[in-house]
Amino acid sequence: MIPQETNIRKQETVGEENIDGTIISINGLFKSFGKNNDILKGVDLTVKKGENLVVLGKSGSGKSILIKCLVGLVPADEGEIKVFGTDISPLNNRQLNEIRVRIGFLFQNSALYDSMTVRQNLEFPLKRHSKKLSPSQVDEAVTNALESVGLAEAIDKMPSELSGGMRKRIGLARTLILKPEIILYDEPTTGLDTITSREISELILAIQKKDKTTSIIITHDMACAKLTGDRLVILKDGVIDAEGTYNELEKSDDEWIRSFFN
Amino acid sequence: MVIYLKNIFNDAGDITLFAARFFKEVLRPPFEIKEFIRQCYTIGYKSLPLVGITGFIMGMVLTLQSRPTLAEFGAESWLPGMVALSLIREIAPVITALICAGKISSGIGAELGSMKVTEQIDAMEVSAINPYKYLVVTRILATTLMVPLLVVFADAVGIYGGYIGINIHADVNLFRYFSQVLASLEFLDIIPATIKTFFFGFFIGMIGCYKGFTAANGTESVGKAANSAVVAASLTIFIIDMLAVQITDLFF
Ligand SMILES: Nc1ncnc2c1ncn2[C@@H]1O[C@H](COP(=O)(O)OP(=O)(O)OP(=O)(O)O)[C@@H](O)[C@H]1O
Ligand SMILES: [Mg+2]
Repeated sequence: MIPQETNIRKQETVGEENIDGTIISINGLFKSFGKNNDILKGVDLTVKKGENLVVLGKSGSGKSILIKCLVGLVPADEGEIKVFGTDISPLNNRQLNEIRVRIGFLFQNSALYDSMTVRQNLEFPLKRHSKKLSPSQVDEAVTNALESVGLAEAIDKMPSELSGGMRKRIGLARTLILKPEIILYDEPTTGLDTITSREISELILAIQKKDKTTSIIITHDMACAKLTGDRLVILKDGVIDAEGTYNELEKSDDEWIRSFFN
Repeated sequence: MVIYLKNIFNDAGDITLFAARFFKEVLRPPFEIKEFIRQCYTIGYKSLPLVGITGFIMGMVLTLQSRPTLAEFGAESWLPGMVALSLIREIAPVITALICAGKISSGIGAELGSMKVTEQIDAMEVSAINPYKYLVVTRILATTLMVPLLVVFADAVGIYGGYIGINIHADVNLFRYFSQVLASLEFLDIIPATIKTFFFGFFIGMIGCYKGFTAANGTESVGKAANSAVVAASLTIFIIDMLAVQITDLFF
């Protein structure tokens, strides 16, 4: 489903994951927007290679901000963020880009490029990062990525002609086309019907199995969390409030935690 | 008042940094040639009708308005030269630049503003594509190059408009008209006027990009970005024009 020849990994000038398999580690992450608007107040989190981590939390709890900090889109106020064993806060743009190229990011609102067709949206990152590809290989990669999200027929449409759910799936295809090692999904199934949601969840699972990718999945969709998550964490009041497998958290003594599950 | 002044200085500082980044990135590969050409097309080619129509009207109206005064002094034969001179030195550059501020600066401000608000710029950044280079550098280069060309086009159409204007009252043939125009023009009229149009173009692009790129979240800020881009660009055009006059006086 995803092209074989698109491995864009360049020479490793940045570090690798730790020996114990930790690929992302966050320590004491603080982020606030102005005075009295603390969003993250000391988040500690580690993700192991090959793991699917689900992040739950109420709307506005800072889940999106958390993963934006991970790729350096939002600068952290305090704390250490290590991705592939490298602390990202002191990196310059070029070094940061070497890490970003290995991370896929699905935006909550898809963030498709409005001025480009679906095909151009998918080609845009691909052509820039895998220059060796021939036009037919690019074509094939685009078609494959679109087929994997079930939207092969939308290839020549403009984003404005697509429904919200379709945009989400195109966004997913664009994220997957570079074969990232880490994928950050911001609400991948929100706004989709149950059947499509399930298909997307299964796709996320299949990618994890096939390419040994590591994922952080932000979701409000418990069916998706149950299916895809190896481990779940709950973000509350700016810290990680609970952590465990789906079954553990579902049977938690804390009523507030249980309330997520029904 | 103090806060207001502080904001102005903050803004000026930010804009300077933003512009400085342009000079840093413009020479560094990779070059986004395709996007640059696409921008030249939308910015330059698509503005031709508007600039053409205004240029034509400008030339014709200027001729009709100046005729009675010159006729009073019996100096009607100066009409072609005078019209051409005022067009090339002042009217065509400023009017064209103002039109471009309205059309191009606001367009860029709205386009980049909505890209910012819908996280498209963030999406570029996380896929390790430099959005400044792809979006800003190409647009500023395109306006810097296209606005002077549009001004030259407006000059030409305006002078032709002057010919039509003269022929409403008199009968001058085209060849005679143009030889009168050319005789009245000096090289030194054209150079300073042309140089300032590059500055107009640069600032039209730069201000539009800056306003769009720094738009806050929320859809209403897209409108604000477009609107403030027009205001700031128009003001800047007049300031540059004033400086240009002073500097030209100094040297020529
Ligand atoms: N640029 C910003 N400036 C100021 N405040 C911001 C900014 N971005 C986010 N916030 C605030 O940060 C908080 C967390 O936002 P975030 O988008 O991370 O929420 P979320 O957990 O993803 O919510 P949802 O589930 O609704 O997507 C919100 O209260 C929001 O108001
Ligand atoms: Mg969110």
